[in-house]
Amino acid sequence: MSLEDPQTIRKLWIGSLAVLALLVLADFWARQDPHHHAHFGIDGAFGFYTWYGFGVCAVMVLVSKFVVGLLLKRKDTFYDD
Amino acid sequence: MTESVGLPPPGLILVLGGLLLPLLRGLGPAVALLLPLLTLAAIWAIPHDLVVTLPFMGQYDLTVLAFNPPTRVFATIFAVMAFAGALFAHPIAGLDSERGRRWRVELPAAFVYAGSAICVTFAGDILSLFVFWELMAVGSTTVIWSAGTKEAGRAGYRYALVHFVGGVLLMAGILAKVFALQAAGVADPLALHHFFFGAAGFEGLSFGAGDAAAWLILLGILVNAAAPPLGSWLADAYPEASESGTVFLSAFTTKTAVYVLMLLFAGTQLLIYVGLLMAVYGIVYAILENDMRRILAYSIVNQVGFMVCGIGIGTAMALNGAAAHAFAHIVYKALLLMSAGSVLYMTGKRKCTDLGGLYHSMPITMTCGIIGALAISSFPLTSGFVTKSMINQAAADQHLALAWFTLTAASAGVFLHAGIKFPWFVFFQKDSGLRPPDPPWNMRAAMIFFAAVCILLGVPGVYGPLYSILPFPAAAGETLYAPYTVPHVINQLQLLLFSGLAFFALLPVLKRTLTITLDADWFYRRLFPGVWKHLVRPVVLAFRELFDYLFGHMPQMVKDLVYSPPQESAMFKEWGLGGAMVVITGFLFAFLVLGYIAV
Repeated sequence: MSLEDPQTIRKLWIGSLAVLALLVLADFWARQDPHHHAHFGIDGAFGFYTWYGFGVCAVMVLVSKFVVGLLLKRKDTFYDD
Repeated sequence: MTESVGLPPPGLILVLGGLLLPLLRGLGPAVALLLPLLTLAAIWAIPHDLVVTLPFMGQYDLTVLAFNPPTRVFATIFAVMAFAGALFAHPIAGLDSERGRRWRVELPAAFVYAGSAICVTFAGDILSLFVFWELMAVGSTTVIWSAGTKEAGRAGYRYALVHFVGGVLLMAGILAKVFALQAAGVADPLALHHFFFGAAGFEGLSFGAGDAAAWLILLGILVNAAAPPLGSWLADAYPEASESGTVFLSAFTTKTAVYVLMLLFAGTQLLIYVGLLMAVYGIVYAILENDMRRILAYSIVNQVGFMVCGIGIGTAMALNGAAAHAFAHIVYKALLLMSAGSVLYMTGKRKCTDLGGLYHSMPITMTCGIIGALAISSFPLTSGFVTKSMINQAAADQHLALAWFTLTAASAGVFLHAGIKFPWFVFFQKDSGLRPPDPPWNMRAAMIFFAAVCILLGVPGVYGPLYSILPFPAAAGETLYAPYTVPHVINQLQLLLFSGLAFFALLPVLKRTLTITLDADWFYRRLFPGVWKHLVRPVVLAFRELFDYLFGHMPQMVKDLVYSPPQESAMFKEWGLGGAMVVITGFLFAFLVLGYIAV
């Protein structure tokens, strides 16, 4: 089995998406636990950590690439005299 | 228990022992592995209430050995790190003679650096702290230079320059405070407790906008903590050291700064925001970076940001979290840099664009790198999970919404920029065609040792000893912090794995390019030299011609009195960093002399 094989990559995607779906469902379990606390309101919304995790990462990648990167990216020979 | 003379601080075993290593010839490498263990034993053998003082200038005492609340946890991990670093750097006879030659400079320097860091944690007065703080800068600069490349030489100069400036700021603040204390008639103006500026934590003092001494000291420490915009030296210099040099460098400077901040500035609200800025800055720059070790360098800033934020929050939970996280961080960051260093050593390549597919032939390096990546991401059953979450918990307990939401976002971002990005681009991504084997046994052993620590510290029940040496241990019968609850485990997995989904969904955007991202070092690498070359120098030269014309028409006697033209144009040549360093060193020396006279 090679990780470069498209079949393997497809299987990995299916497996990973299944794990992610299970994790969303696991929110029901977490919410029933006596240790479950929402400190700020919205962090108690359903699946908060799933959509917050995905959302902030997407924003960070896009802002890095298309705002900071656009302004500050230079060729890696920039400081070579 | 106080002794006026007696035991030297345990860090000196490493400092002095390290300097003797090159004289031991063939025995040196073996002794190098023993010295950190001896230091560790000394740290633990010294009674907790022992205070060792040395008379200074007749009138004062220097406290070279005292236990402050965070001393044991920091000193312990510094000694363990020195051992693992020495193992990783260990030269194998007959295998690589160049590495052996480099070792004779790099390892003694690294031991001076590590030993001084340990001495900082034992310092009981501000002058001892400062002396070892500066000795660390000397040791670490030598570690960078010992890589022996032109790039390392230049980066080392810039590194030294920034740290001298930081040292001047720190010394100026210390002197201002000492003078103020003397003026107030304080008998022991060097004692560390006079410098506890934090609003909470260990002493109940505070400082305001007009307290220049506190601000100068804070700035001096933040230079070493690599807080932007004062911290661009880190990503500039660390990746230029050798594969083993960078491992040492990742551990001591920023974490000693965390220790000193914790002692002097616990509960200073500004640090919450400084920490949040560091956490986000590290992620953004790491996302854009192509050099594998520079990615990890930016992620040091990100992780130290969590600790600085915890120090700003200043509750017992937050300070315990910051100290515990420093402990865990040193291990997994060194592990990640050992993994990257092994790749660099075996392939000679450092850019993600040149790497990929190494899982085929470097299984141990890959596995250890992934364990480090999981630990930095705070996956359950790794060290990060039981340490970093204390800082998040403290933010939630204090209802600090901005801090909590930013730290949670940064926790997701850690997995993105270091947890997946590093292993993905180095070991998977594409087949680069490179098939190097795993590195020599000593490098494998060092990685396996630290990978084991990353996992063991995360195992329920096993992290207890770490919790017991934190600055605020739990009272008898109470639990310091319980990381393993059902919601915490599930929520952390949700946060991290959906961050992973974002990584793979946005992979085309994350494709590596042959670029760097400008940072604050641009000011002293391009702007200042540019202003001199294109603005100041032409003006000065123009005036010189004017002077030459004016003085050329004066009687010789007057000319001799007021103006002697330079022999050559040497006076107007571009000032290199060397010249600037001499001036700054001069300032530093002047401050020291002033200090001695005044004290």
